[in-house]
Amino acid sequence: MKRFWKSGDPFIWLTGGALALSLLMVAGLVLLVLCNGLGFFWPSPIVRLTLSDGKELLGQVTQREAIPQPDAPTGTTTRYRIQVKVGNRDLYGADFVWVEEATIARRDSPAEAVLIERREWGNLYGFIKEVRDNERTVAQGSEMAWSTLQTLLPDATSTFKEIRRIEKTELGAINSAQEKIRLTLKKLQLSGQEGGAEAERLTTEIDGLAAKYHAQEARLATLREASRQTIVVSVIGDKETELPLQQIVRIIRPNSMGVWSKGGVYLSRLWEFISGDPRESNTEGGVFPAIFGTVMMVMIMSLLVAPLGVLAAFYLREYAKQGVLVSIVRIAVNNLAGVPSIVFGVFGLGFFIYLIGGSIDRLFYPEALPTPTFGTGGILWASLTLALMTVPVVIVATEEGLAAIPPGMREASLALGATKFETTWRIVLPAVSPSILTGLILAMARAAGEVAPLMITGVVKLAPSLPIDGVWPFVHLERKFMHLGFHIYDVGFQSPNVDAARPMVYTTVLLLLLVVLILNLATILIRNRLRKQYASSVF
Amino acid sequence: MIEISKLTLKYGEKTALQDISLDIPKHQVTAFIGPSGCGKTTLLRCLNRMNDLIDGVTVSGTIRIAGIDIHDPALEITELRKRVGMVFQKSNPFPKTIYDNVAYGPRILGMRGQSTLDEIVERSLRAAALWNEVQDRLRSSALSLSGGQQQRLCIARAIAVEPEVLLMDEPCSALDPIATGKIEELMADLKQQYTIVIVTHNMQQAARVSDYTAFLYLGQLIEYDATRQLFVKPSRQQTEDYITGRFG
Repeated sequence: MKRFWKSGDPFIWLTGGALALSLLMVAGLVLLVLCNGLGFFWPSPIVRLTLSDGKELLGQVTQREAIPQPDAPTGTTTRYRIQVKVGNRDLYGADFVWVEEATIARRDSPAEAVLIERREWGNLYGFIKEVRDNERTVAQGSEMAWSTLQTLLPDATSTFKEIRRIEKTELGAINSAQEKIRLTLKKLQLSGQEGGAEAERLTTEIDGLAAKYHAQEARLATLREASRQTIVVSVIGDKETELPLQQIVRIIRPNSMGVWSKGGVYLSRLWEFISGDPRESNTEGGVFPAIFGTVMMVMIMSLLVAPLGVLAAFYLREYAKQGVLVSIVRIAVNNLAGVPSIVFGVFGLGFFIYLIGGSIDRLFYPEALPTPTFGTGGILWASLTLALMTVPVVIVATEEGLAAIPPGMREASLALGATKFETTWRIVLPAVSPSILTGLILAMARAAGEVAPLMITGVVKLAPSLPIDGVWPFVHLERKFMHLGFHIYDVGFQSPNVDAARPMVYTTVLLLLLVVLILNLATILIRNRLRKQYASSVF
Repeated sequence: MIEISKLTLKYGEKTALQDISLDIPKHQVTAFIGPSGCGKTTLLRCLNRMNDLIDGVTVSGTIRIAGIDIHDPALEITELRKRVGMVFQKSNPFPKTIYDNVAYGPRILGMRGQSTLDEIVERSLRAAALWNEVQDRLRSSALSLSGGQQQRLCIARAIAVEPEVLLMDEPCSALDPIATGKIEELMADLKQQYTIVIVTHNMQQAARVSDYTAFLYLGQLIEYDATRQLFVKPSRQQTEDYITGRFG
């Protein structure tokens, strides 16, 4: 037995076992998220249940679980219940219903049952009755209505998209131009030049813009007039509802679709998830603004943390006189990594937003006050806060890299007549760049996942626009933004419709993991290329 | 060429060099020999003020190179190091291409222009007897060369800036006999253009390559004479003991 311990074998097994366990846990987590998340978009069949009391339900089965019976004697058969997504929230209030399996009298899957994803109010389950155009019935009966719908729907969708585009881009641009002029007028007013020529010129400009606005609104009105097509759907409970075609995102008959068409719907839903905007209080639609916000914030944070961390590390290691003071600074920097992230958020709020942002507002944007421009949360302050939070990681990684550079290299450069700065710039910096990138990878991974400090420094549940758009100055660092981590929190815990939101949580988690993975892979590839070039660096 | 007068160097309290005075002639090879820890590398590094990089070093006495006091505050240290080049014990090529290694010095001096640099690189590599072996792979990494080639690259790099003095700190200690032989041949060629000061552990090497030899022991200069004189008929008993191997 003693020989077993002495040979060192148990420790090899221990390390191997620990590694295997960690890998299993990570794999288990990823698998759980994958299964729950990816299955969300597959169109499941619509079932019609007739209960023993005569009630009918039409919808998709989402869950099945055993009913807990704590008081029943042992040996009783387990009873199950299923959760059915019946949609039609505007008609019946709740879109998820629990049904005990024992009460189901009949269960069938009607081939013409239709699932309509709407822009508001969620899903609609029912049977198509007829298609109308401007109050006039154009098609009747399930089959005819379906084929007419296939021809009419693309036009309706593109008209809707055009209306949205005019609203967002054109009217939006006119609005922001008007706002700008209003602020400039207010600025003139504050500096006492109210009646001058400048003010007159601006007032005429506003009038011109108002005219443009009216023209666009007229265009919108004509577009809306032209599209008055609706579809009449009959739902369970002997009710009928009329739905404008423009409200339809997608309409499918899952019971009569083959694997290929279901696959097509899956891919189109996946694409919508990645590239579309959220609807229904973030429980439906896409998460593109959150992806955009996360990536942009990580980029800005990297731009801020890299020079800060690298310069600090260089100073500590190369230029400062090594003594008590430098040791204290180093200890302080390392301890900074242990401060809870919410504390950083509060610091960001107090220092960056109120103090610095408030001062910027008073100096540069006094005409907008009391509405804050930079004196409130925004993507700049959030990135800055996170940069501060991850700076210790970059400093430590860079310092390790600097320590690993053989001193002979520096001496060789100095002996050739180079100054210390030239040596640092031409020899040391390229040699330490792989270590800097290591620090950056760690910093990005940490930053992409943090949510607490972001909540106070500029992340919102729903942002009206992206931080980058077509309006000068194109990059708006004062805007609030959406973030995948916060989105997960919001959808999972703050949603008014928990059952609809839960599957979204898995898919968003998957997406966040993917985004972090891609960012890390890109940086690792760059680091490997640099390592090949500057082979002497080991870290 | 180099006049060292009453040079004393201390690391903190410990005296490393005591009252050293000697004159190194131009266009000759001068060797510093002595047992480990006698101060020969320290003395060598005084000549291009590389000891300034170490904290707590105090230097007194004067060193004049080509008539200029190298400790004069008005003299730019980078200027000194351009005129006094150094090759180290362990070859330390930069992790760059062979071309960029040799062109590093000239680029620091501000030389631009592809053809100027090409010429300098070729000239230096030829002088270091490396050109034939690397002329068709100038853009490959310097770290891919063998030990002997890397050391010759360092020599080429040092002479690319055309210094007046070349300091070599045990340049062959990490090399095999064939590579050593090549570098010793090189020194015989180089001394026509440069003044060479070499530190070596290997007495036979000192006897082979140098014209003048200085024997140091425990920070003091024991004897300094023409090599033939010192090795055949040393004037101090200590020198004779060292040369004959009674202590090492």
